[in-house]
Amino acid sequence: MSVILLLTFLFPAVLSLNGQEVPVYSFAQFEQLLQKRNDTTYVLNFWATWCVPCVKELPDFEKAGVHFNNKKFRLVLVSLDFKSQINSSLIPFLKAKKIRSGVILLSEPDPNSWIDKVNRNWTGSIPMTIIYNRDFYFFREGSMSFSELENILTKNIIP
Amino acid sequence: MKKITILFGVFILATQLAFAGGYKVGDKATDFRLKNVDGKTVSLSDYPDAKGFVVIFTCNHCPFSVAYEDRIIAIDQKYKGLGYPVIAINPNDSTVAPADSYSKMIVRAEEKGFTFPYLIDDNQQMTLTYGATRTPHVFLLEKTGDDLIVRYIGAIDYNHEFPEKVTKNYLTNAIDALLEGKTPDPGFTKAIGCTVKFAKKQRD
Repeated sequence: MSVILLLTFLFPAVLSLNGQEVPVYSFAQFEQLLQKRNDTTYVLNFWATWCVPCVKELPDFEKAGVHFNNKKFRLVLVSLDFKSQINSSLIPFLKAKKIRSGVILLSEPDPNSWIDKVNRNWTGSIPMTIIYNRDFYFFREGSMSFSELENILTKNIIP
Repeated sequence: MKKITILFGVFILATQLAFAGGYKVGDKATDFRLKNVDGKTVSLSDYPDAKGFVVIFTCNHCPFSVAYEDRIIAIDQKYKGLGYPVIAINPNDSTVAPADSYSKMIVRAEEKGFTFPYLIDDNQQMTLTYGATRTPHVFLLEKTGDDLIVRYIGAIDYNHEFPEKVTKNYLTNAIDALLEGKTPDPGFTKAIGCTVKFAKKQRD
């Protein structure tokens, strides 16, 4: 059951790369992804095309995605771009930068009602990254490098 | 002696970083004197008749700030006359965010016809003191005797993208509450926004 749910949630994101579609998640849908504390290690990077430090660190996340590709690992780039700009900004950006990781758009009004549910320590600025599995949880508000990601993932991915 | 100076410097920096959270609701806020887009300086003490201030850290380049420009103008137009003028402060370092330079602030203020001061926090001291971490980031202050008390911190409203769908006007509800002699509830909200761009020297 959980596998089916997992597929439902993550495959649209992965398939979007070629289909040039970005699945739009409400917070209720997105929350199910947050609650997956199993033996897959999730890396959720909150970003947007208009966020300069986010765009700068994307190649490091892409590199980590490739590096840990054969492990029990999922990288999801959670875009906070404006919903009205999916076709005008987000998709052209993903194509131009040849982004290969799964991308979803989180579109939910009233961030005040859900920011704390993602992480209580999050003030709401991006980039923000959470990494988690059954045994491990990591939160960073701010940029991350490939070497940091590699270090954390090497230590915590469940074999 | 040199060592002590260095240590003290590190201590100051550490204190600044530790207080990156800045003000909390109920704290006493400090006044400032910062340069406006018209070349003159503005201080909260220039407004003896104000009941308080809507201090908004905002900037040119951030799409969230841009999305809120018209709403900020409307809030200033409505509440200035009621004693709560908007004071906008650009918190960003222009070497990190060139679109937020002083000259570009002047251009943007003219283009949009800002009805409120748009100040530059050159050394980012007020940004650190207030604890603005993103743009736009609101600090609603109420004059109480000689003090300025922080009464609300957070978002302008509930929906940055679709103003017509806003059902929770956090900021104007908070100002209305103060005008009625009540305590704003909520006094604190979170929002998505662009990070404040600090000068490299303060970060490294």
